[in-house]
Amino acid sequence: MSGQQIFAVSGLTKSFGEGDAETLVLKGIDLSMAAGEMAALLGPSGSGKSTLLTILGTLMRASGGTHEMLGVDLMEASEAQRTEFRSRYLGFVFQFHHLLPDLSALENVMMPAACAIGRETRAMRERAGELLDAMGLSDRRDYRPSALSGGQRQRVAVARALINNPVLVLADEPTGNLDRQSANQVMDLIRSINKKMETSFLISTHDEHIAGLCQRRIELFDGHVSVKKAAVLAKQTGQ
Amino acid sequence: MNPYAVKIAIRHLWSHPGQTALLMAGVALGVGVFIFMSALIGGLATLLTLRTVGSIPHVVLEMPDRDPAIRRLGASAQVVVQKDVSRREQIAIWQPVIPIIETTPRVTAVSPQIRGSAFVERGQAIAPVGVIGVMPGNLSDIADIKAAIVGGTGNLPADGILIGSKLARDLGLRVGQVVRLSSDRGRSRSFRIGGIFTLGIASADRQIVYMNFTAARALFDLTTGISRIEIKVQPATAASDIAIRLRRSTGLKATAWTEDNGQLFEGLDAQARTGIIIKAFSLVTIVVGIASAMLLSIIRRQSEIGIMRAMGASKALVISIFVLEGTLIGFIGALIGAGIAWIALAPFPPVSQVTSGELPIDRAQGDFLLAISLTTLAATLASILPARRAARIDPVEAIGS
Repeated sequence: MSGQQIFAVSGLTKSFGEGDAETLVLKGIDLSMAAGEMAALLGPSGSGKSTLLTILGTLMRASGGTHEMLGVDLMEASEAQRTEFRSRYLGFVFQFHHLLPDLSALENVMMPAACAIGRETRAMRERAGELLDAMGLSDRRDYRPSALSGGQRQRVAVARALINNPVLVLADEPTGNLDRQSANQVMDLIRSINKKMETSFLISTHDEHIAGLCQRRIELFDGHVSVKKAAVLAKQTGQ
Repeated sequence: MNPYAVKIAIRHLWSHPGQTALLMAGVALGVGVFIFMSALIGGLATLLTLRTVGSIPHVVLEMPDRDPAIRRLGASAQVVVQKDVSRREQIAIWQPVIPIIETTPRVTAVSPQIRGSAFVERGQAIAPVGVIGVMPGNLSDIADIKAAIVGGTGNLPADGILIGSKLARDLGLRVGQVVRLSSDRGRSRSFRIGGIFTLGIASADRQIVYMNFTAARALFDLTTGISRIEIKVQPATAASDIAIRLRRSTGLKATAWTEDNGQLFEGLDAQARTGIIIKAFSLVTIVVGIASAMLLSIIRRQSEIGIMRAMGASKALVISIFVLEGTLIGFIGALIGAGIAWIALAPFPPVSQVTSGELPIDRAQGDFLLAISLTTLAATLASILPARRAARIDPVEAIGS
């Protein structure tokens, strides 16, 4: 599947408000991503990064243009179809972990999968355990989020995003709330998963260091996108 | 039932144990009021019915009315046949009827009676009374006269009578004294007062005289027939059905106690309606309490709901979680309330043993299952609107907030 296009948007627009108060945030975005790609989405505040991620994540509909992913026209899909699509193919990591406070780390990781089928299964539990092991949180499985550090919480959130084996993980400033060490830990994990599992990542960030860890830069200015191929880091490829 | 929705709902409840306990306590209180009102209204109805039917016959058999009939003779003429008063109203052939009545299911006592009006004379004092002639063995079959005797005995020899305590006081009579009774058939005879009773019903205690069946036959000049047959049935509420049955089997006019006590039933109905209103208010309180608590919970969990929706939770799952939460609060609260009510109502004596000043609580009429079911249903309904609101939460806004 590597290299195969997973989504494409064309002429994508998004406006908020009506009449004189109408604000056009996305002014015709043309963008696609391939399977296994890891891209950084950069741009100043208000450039539309979060809005684009939200639309790509099917949490919001675009005002115009086309939005297709894995052969599905997401502009035409019903709300229920978009919810199911989101559950099967997309993962999310937010700036704030947004873990459910009443569930343990393991239960939080299982949550998207459990929501999809309406129950927790043994296989789900095992997979969530493996993901937490991979995140270096084997000994924190039964901890509630309140008992975890910021970095640990964000790693649980990354594990949660991966539970359904998504094709694409959308990460909105996943390290924005972490110190450098924790941020590096999280990014190392993301890169490792990207390599091993060929999961695509689209990471919104202000941090050039984080962007430098990605294979591709997508820059957003005033609602338009300019795509630049980033030099693959020597550190990442070893070349 | 979605097992994951159940798990999350239970976690929500556990996460704020104090608030959950308070909510359930509110529901339990409402259910307690519901059950208490049911037990009280039911007990009161039973008490009133018991007191009313305790001393009266449940079914009375008499000769059918000889009402005037209207006969049409052609288009323009009709003849009114006047009521036949040439014969005394009596059940002339009554012995064969008794076994028929006695073998009728749910009939517990049968008392053939001779009734008539008379005057009790003592010196210059005269009091009008109604005389009931009963077989000595049947004296307490209808009203428990023997238990109501406050002076003398309940025996009924041929020359003895039993009088009410108010009549005794009015005429200054005592046990053992002799009085003269003059019947409306123009016959007079002296009787010895064998006992004085107090039934607690003023009219009976002042105007009823019991005498031996044979003595009454002579006093009222009724050689073979009887006036009426009084019957007790169990339960008293079956009287109407049994009256219909007896009407068919005996050909006599059968009147159930319910036909002559319309006011009692009106009173009981009004009382039941009042109870329903109070119970409805307690249910409304539960609904409002749960709905507002669910709304608050949803506002507090807005971002959690948003994140679940973003992670692929369907609207149906979100609705299930919050409806289940409300339902669990209602169901568990109702169980607690019903349990406490069950224990709290246990010390109350049975309605039949209630004395003056005590509350007539009948725990069996507490409608425990109805209270639990209605409360659970009300809690479920109360949660639906807040849960639908939760499902409509926009994940983007919720996560952003």
